[in-house]
Amino acid sequence: MEITFNNALIQTTQMFVVPLLAPLLCGIIRKIKARLLRRRGASVLQPYRDLWKLLCKDVVPAPNASWIYRSAPYIIFSTTWVVFCLVPTFSTHLLLNGAADFIALVGLLASARFALALAGMDIGTSFGGIGSSREVMISTFAEPATLMVVFTVAMIAHTTQLSLIADFFIHEPLILRISTALTLTTLITVLIAENGRVPVDNPATHLELTMVHEAMILEYSGRHLALIELAAMLKLMLYMSIFACLFLPFGMISDTSHLSSACVALLIYCLKMAVGGLMLGVAETSVAKMRVFRVSEFLGIGLMLGLLAVLLLFASEGIK
Amino acid sequence: MTILFWVLCVLGALFAASTITAIFGRFVIRIVYPFCFFSCVILLGFNLFALLSETYTQSLVLPLGLFQTGCHLRLDGLSSFFGVVVNFGAALSSLYAVGYARHEKSPLRIIPFYPAFLASMNLVLLADDAFTYLVAWELMSLVSWALVVSHHTATANRQAGYVYLLMASFGVMALLFAFGILAGPAGQYAFDAMRANHLSGFMAGLVLLVTLVGAGSKAGLFPLHVWLPLAHPAAPSHVSSLMSGVMTKIAVYGFVRIIFDLLGSPTSWWSMLVLALGGITAVMGILYAMFQSDLKRLLAYSTVENIGIIFIGLGLSLAFKANNMPLIAALAMTGALLHVLNHSLFKSLLFFGAGSILNATGKRDIESLGGLIHRMPRTALFFLIGSMSIAALPPLNGFVSEWMTFQAILLSPQLPSWGLKFIVPLVGVLLALTAALASACFIKAYGIIFLGRPRCEVATEAKETDGWSLLSMALISILCVVVGVLPTLFIDALAPVVQSMVGGHMPSQTGINWLSVLPTTDSQTSYNGLVIFVLMTIFALVSVWFIHGFASRRVRKAPIWDCGFPDSSPITQYSASSFSQPIRKIFGAILFRAQEIVDMPEPGETRPAIFKALLVDVIWKYLYEPLAQGVDFISSRLILLQFLTIRRYLMMTFFALISLLIVVALWK
Repeated sequence: MEITFNNALIQTTQMFVVPLLAPLLCGIIRKIKARLLRRRGASVLQPYRDLWKLLCKDVVPAPNASWIYRSAPYIIFSTTWVVFCLVPTFSTHLLLNGAADFIALVGLLASARFALALAGMDIGTSFGGIGSSREVMISTFAEPATLMVVFTVAMIAHTTQLSLIADFFIHEPLILRISTALTLTTLITVLIAENGRVPVDNPATHLELTMVHEAMILEYSGRHLALIELAAMLKLMLYMSIFACLFLPFGMISDTSHLSSACVALLIYCLKMAVGGLMLGVAETSVAKMRVFRVSEFLGIGLMLGLLAVLLLFASEGIK
Repeated sequence: MTILFWVLCVLGALFAASTITAIFGRFVIRIVYPFCFFSCVILLGFNLFALLSETYTQSLVLPLGLFQTGCHLRLDGLSSFFGVVVNFGAALSSLYAVGYARHEKSPLRIIPFYPAFLASMNLVLLADDAFTYLVAWELMSLVSWALVVSHHTATANRQAGYVYLLMASFGVMALLFAFGILAGPAGQYAFDAMRANHLSGFMAGLVLLVTLVGAGSKAGLFPLHVWLPLAHPAAPSHVSSLMSGVMTKIAVYGFVRIIFDLLGSPTSWWSMLVLALGGITAVMGILYAMFQSDLKRLLAYSTVENIGIIFIGLGLSLAFKANNMPLIAALAMTGALLHVLNHSLFKSLLFFGAGSILNATGKRDIESLGGLIHRMPRTALFFLIGSMSIAALPPLNGFVSEWMTFQAILLSPQLPSWGLKFIVPLVGVLLALTAALASACFIKAYGIIFLGRPRCEVATEAKETDGWSLLSMALISILCVVVGVLPTLFIDALAPVVQSMVGGHMPSQTGINWLSVLPTTDSQTSYNGLVIFVLMTIFALVSVWFIHGFASRRVRKAPIWDCGFPDSSPITQYSASSFSQPIRKIFGAILFRAQEIVDMPEPGETRPAIFKALLVDVIWKYLYEPLAQGVDFISSRLILLQFLTIRRYLMMTFFALISLLIVVALWK
């Protein structure tokens, strides 16, 4: 891909500006959930204030914390950030497109999770262990399920490069396929499970034996905690962006010659995220959290639907 | 003088070293491992030269071996690639052993066999006729058996040696059949003649089956894997690393040589068989590994998993080759061969780490370790790199080969066969599951061993391992990163090898698109480890700079918080078995008959509550135990034959002769 000013500008926006919106999305979801529970709720900007507050606080590690504990937040954050640079949000035309395809993005998120799970075990508390153990249990289903999503869309678009898949879905008139519908379900289950949203995990609880993500990061404080929280917010927005670029690709630009259309695309993207946040908030308040061992069934269904979609596509390839 | 000649000279020197150490062991203890190291480096250099000079093939016939056939030796692309893998692993094992073997209590039981082991592995790769091949193969098995039972005082090791010997003999018997069929009625045992021989479909299928048994039993294909987790841990760690990281690759070489090179064009059902076996092996291997608490057993089971991944790649390659798509076959084959290299790297690294932990603490059971990252920081770093590589995490090397296999799977809807259309996606989901479980398994291993608080006294007093061991681990770690970040160099080096096996090769990778990996020429998909690595580094540095510069950089130590209820006893930490409990509960219920027995005392009783997690090794219980009982039963009946009078023996001979004559008469 040729390096032009516009391309560079769009990649830079994607890299440095769009991630800044992640706390806002989180604030919106929290606000919606609070309103639905008839509370007033904090301002949508509260996550920014929280993060800055945490960033300025002291780090209080346990005496036996190792370098894994100290470096994990940076690794988790930078890995998630790298993934964010490569997922098309408002433009499918990114300079760094060729660096990683969808499978590599799944792999990178697995790297971040590897660091997080190790960080949870570093201090040697039972809460940390329980969190890591459950996180890997969830990921043993969520990761194959994500890969089934990758398989399905890759077989429709004949590439695993996310931007090209998005391009394909923009230009291809929307065809209702059974496999796409099944994949949609799979991706939703993965989105919920990977981000620790309500039926699987509750991002708002502490001191509860059902927590997963919070249990792993229980010993973290200060700037380390801020980085992990920010990475989690980024990850949520990341999954929603993947969802948007696969299933709601309208409004994304594939031609970078006009910056004005890029601005419009950015606005449409923000709108998509806000609507996504609204739906997630409503969904989260209307279901109850499930027991940990039900999660495997929940995700198992997602995985099986994904596999079914892939099998359907494999079979239909010969019929055409 | 050709390279092959010099290679043979070095091999001769290694065999001579074995003989000399067997006689003068006491005086040469110090120089055996350095000698092996230099020999392997020389061999590595020769093989590397042969590999990189593209279509380099040399052969030699020695007046030894089978009558009228002679001893054929040949160095071609495939054998030189495996030669590079073997000798790199062997050189680093020898380097590691320079330090590690100082702790050895009975070194004279190891050093006479060690050089011969290295030499016999090299000889298998050079063999170009069935006889030489099998002799070298048997030599490799026997010498490694001697190494497995070197610590013979432990009963478990003797049993491991016994099981290994049985499986190895069984495997070589199967290979004997394979070569017998390949040689045809004329009995031409040279590989050249076998290549020219065209077998009928049925016979070729038979060769595939027996080769799968023969090479599979050595490599650890499910359900022939049972000896690996027994024998690999029993050997000293530098030998374990060779057996797990390198010797299993010789078996893969045998499979590739026979199926892709000697046997001619494949059919679709072969690949289905190989794919199914590969997929099952991968998932079962990593599930077994997940439930282990003995570190070396865990690593041995993870070898089984990786062999499964390699066979998935080979199966895909067979499928595409059978359907005349050489370019995609080349992609799958390159993925499989790259995984051969990668696995030999990170498995050696992890076994070295396991050896260092064993030396420092005397323990293989990870349940009693913990917190070693503070006592052994360098080993901890290298073990982390190994764990991340084996868990197939980008930007390290394990990911690249799995990525290529996934790309090959995604291209397989083009295959016309219906069986493959169903089996390939299933194998795809098994591969995805394997990757996720591998990550879980190594989080468990690393977290329990190196992180947390020490669970026993020895772990609090462990010392960092010696410089030689650290040096060899560092070298492999660097290579793990290099292969992960610059895979294109290695993919290009494999092109001639793959070309000779499947008749096509991947597009030339260097020079295009900033070192991105491209699966096929017309594909729009790519992966660039270098960009990912650089971006991750820059972003991490930027966030460190920003936070330390603009926010806060203060640190205040305080006791563990643990939600306000810290428990001072390290025994309350999560253990390896509690970590794997959710996975045990989900996957183990059916596959392993996992049960949890809780014995809770009544109120008022003073005895402790007891919790037991039971796992049944289904393969042992329902395959091997009945088999062993059957053999026992038959042999107890046949024992009568050993106590007959001479008259009866003569009668039996007579009847045997008569019945054979009848058979011959009926045959005509």
